Amino acid sequence: MVSIHIVDRRLNPGSKSLENRQRFLRRAKALVQQAVKKSSHERDIKDVLEGGEVSIPLDGMDEPRFRREGGTRDMVLPGNKKFIEGDMLPRSGGGGGKAGGAGEGDSEDAFRFVLSREEFVDLFLDDLELPDLAKRKLAEVESEGIRRAGYATSGSPANISIPRTVSRAMARRVALRRPKPEEIAALEAELLICGDEARRAELIAEIAALKAKAKRIPFIDPIDIRYRRFETTPKPIAQAVMFCLMDVSGSMTEHMKDLAKRFYTLLYVFLKRRYRHVEIVFIRHTDRAEEVDEDTFFHGPASGGTLVSSALQEMHEIVRSRFRPADWNIYAAQASDGDNSTSDGEVAGRLLTEKILPVSQFFAYLEVGQDAGLTFEMPDSSLWTLYERLRLAGAPLSMRKVCERSEIFPVFHDLFQRRVRQERAP
Amino acid sequence: MTGERLFQGADWDFPTLQRIHDACEEIAQSELGLNVYPNQIEVITAEQMLDAYCSVGMPLFYKHWSFGKHFAYQQASYRKGLMGLAYEIVINSSPCISYLMEENTATMQTLVIAHAAFGHNHFFKNNYLFRQWTDADGILDYLEFGKTYIAQCEERHGRLAVEQTLDAAHALMSHGINRYPGKKLPDLRVEEKRAEYRRQHEESVFNDLWRTVPTGPVKSVATLTADRRRALLGLPQENLLYFLEKTAPRLAPWQRELLRIVRHIAQYFYPQSQTKVMNEGTATYVHYRIMNRLHKQGQLSDGNFLEFLSSHTNVVFQPDFDNKYYSGFNPYALGFAMMQDIERIVTKPDDEDREWFPDIAGKGDTMGVLRDVWANYRDESFISQFLSPRLMRHFRMFHLHDDPAETAGIKVEAIHDERGYRRVRRALSRQYDVGFIDANIEVIDVDLAGDRHLMLRHTVLSGAQLNDTDTKRVLQHLADLWTYNVSLVEVDATGKTLKEYVANPRGLAAVA
Repeated sequence: MVSIHIVDRRLNPGSKSLENRQRFLRRAKALVQQAVKKSSHERDIKDVLEGGEVSIPLDGMDEPRFRREGGTRDMVLPGNKKFIEGDMLPRSGGGGGKAGGAGEGDSEDAFRFVLSREEFVDLFLDDLELPDLAKRKLAEVESEGIRRAGYATSGSPANISIPRTVSRAMARRVALRRPKPEEIAALEAELLICGDEARRAELIAEIAALKAKAKRIPFIDPIDIRYRRFETTPKPIAQAVMFCLMDVSGSMTEHMKDLAKRFYTLLYVFLKRRYRHVEIVFIRHTDRAEEVDEDTFFHGPASGGTLVSSALQEMHEIVRSRFRPADWNIYAAQASDGDNSTSDGEVAGRLLTEKILPVSQFFAYLEVGQDAGLTFEMPDSSLWTLYERLRLAGAPLSMRKVCERSEIFPVFHDLFQRRVRQERAP
Repeated sequence: MTGERLFQGADWDFPTLQRIHDACEEIAQSELGLNVYPNQIEVITAEQMLDAYCSVGMPLFYKHWSFGKHFAYQQASYRKGLMGLAYEIVINSSPCISYLMEENTATMQTLVIAHAAFGHNHFFKNNYLFRQWTDADGILDYLEFGKTYIAQCEERHGRLAVEQTLDAAHALMSHGINRYPGKKLPDLRVEEKRAEYRRQHEESVFNDLWRTVPTGPVKSVATLTADRRRALLGLPQENLLYFLEKTAPRLAPWQRELLRIVRHIAQYFYPQSQTKVMNEGTATYVHYRIMNRLHKQGQLSDGNFLEFLSSHTNVVFQPDFDNKYYSGFNPYALGFAMMQDIERIVTKPDDEDREWFPDIAGKGDTMGVLRDVWANYRDESFISQFLSPRLMRHFRMFHLHDDPAETAGIKVEAIHDERGYRRVRRALSRQYDVGFIDANIEVIDVDLAGDRHLMLRHTVLSGAQLNDTDTKRVLQHLADLWTYNVSLVEVDATGKTLKEYVANPRGLAAVA
């Protein structure tokens, strides 16, 4: 009899290939990053966190071998139906003769595979050139708080719940009919004044029995003890709403919209990590503003002049009707190429300082430019000038000019710094 | 015979597996006379199966990005439902390890144990190619050694350098095989022990070929005749990895060891690529016999047996060439059909069989004949000797000859008729001949007196030249290891040069 071993390997740690996978991703980093960039461009903001399939070109990731091709080929195939020796089959697949042989799927042009959520976000953030510290902040799990969660039979002495323990002890004593001290005291008092011998003996016996019973049934038993139980829970964090304001007049190019989308996405990722529930409101404006869905926001056609105040007014209306500042953290990010009609400046400024900024946690203005190196030579735009003035007057505004993807992060940096200050202030 | 049912329904537990194994073993030994390595059966999850796929099925393997790539690819197609997972993986080692998927039903576990733990296992232990080229006792230890060694190299010499060397070695892997048996059988345990010793020894040993200071006029490199030089280098040499390991002038000792590890692993898998049809045919035949016997003995219920028949039929399905599922001959179908055919020839031959197979027709001892076949043939010789006219008719085989120069189209050379049997059989057996599958590439010379450039030759067969892009990349890897120029000429049968490649080494971080 040959011996046999049966081994259950199911509990062995899985994902032995994890390291190989990481090596592969590291090697293909540039390619995967491009794919992530492309893929996140196509996705809705909310889906960015989902991970998913990306496709990279095989170049540089191939494993070359000496392979032969062409030449005369001989093959034996099964399933002859009508051929006889000497037949000539037309080449273009008509006779079906091409099916066999070298049909190994040799050159897949693209290589498709699935990235996990973490891998995707990691590569996505990497692409924005976040410093490591900030990346960790974004990636960190939400902070945990401690919450009472009933009682437990075990725990540390410091957590003994006295009321609960005592009340359980009392219930047990009552249930088991533990003699009360008053009862014994009454009998003892009677014994003192009692002269009848028979009655005395009776009393003595009764007192002894009661005392013994009281001893058997302790006042507090270990089984009565209850501890306060605590549970770690995510800190109760309020909900947040994120307003995306964007100028969609003709002067905004696709590149600018892409930059804006990047910023919104980053903000969404950030808020999603901080708040359980995040809503996004898209407001686009030309010379009038409207709330739209994401697709229309980024891709819908619109034309007209530019009135920033219309968007601020719309946001104000929405806040008043749907998002009470007491219940919601309000974040807003505005993207524009900076154009605004001059007459609008005053109105927009007043709206911002009096209505919007007081209720907002954070208001970022992102001025998106065409290409690197062009914007800083141009004079400040009308909107920039306006906001700059407000900022100098003390309004909590973050504002940046962005021409390239990699510049998006500094605006974000402001966000972090501001929060640190805020936490320290009160 | 009456037997108690091995199990009821689809559920199984570990005692059930033990009972199944014992029942299969009883039949394998007494009825089939199989001779197997001790079995080790491991139950794994689907995820672990996917893992195993990507390290070529081995339980432990060194780390390399290309395995991660395959993993990512397979994971993607598995998730999309494009690909099912195998029911089992079996490893040619002693003890013979079979991985069973946990979600298999009890019937499937029986099938898989009969198939892998007895069919494949017997083949591994007895086939001459495996006996000659693989060391089942040592392979797991050797893989462990390889894995640790490569990890150490990464620590010592940096991951990049190791990766570059491995990339290059992998590119040449298909040409890192000894095709003719050496003087001694492989012993991977000794291999491992000698690795350290060899490194020290090679560092200290005097290498006549690469000496730059001549000691005397007679023996100096320049005056060696071309023949003598080639003889010293063991040229022509078709094992490129072996040649590099032994003679590449500027490789560090650890790089030579890496080449050696890759070479040994390639050699370990060499027999498997030559015996796909036989190996699967054997295992399928064995599981078919065992399952039938279990059913006859009442150990398997009718329902379970039907379940088995259903998956067995799927496994041995051979689509026709014009079917959209066709992708070459199914080794299970061809192998199983041939084994059954041999059984028929041995027990109930007709006149045609007596004419074609006088040696075995009517011999009566099915298992004796089959065991002999399993031990002494590989796909190419197996098909060329045992494919019967009846099977060619059954599969309706025909032979196509595709000559690009022929404008009229592809010619039907031969079909399954009296005139064609031998030609079809010869053509099919050629499809399984490694001599024709792999390009014939040899090192022919090294210019020792001059710039040390390495000369390779590809002998072109039937006009099939090398793929241009891939060849350039492989040669680049080769040049990086050789550290001097490498050239490759493609020569046809008449000696005419068809194409020439030259590759210059890149500065490798590892060598500097």
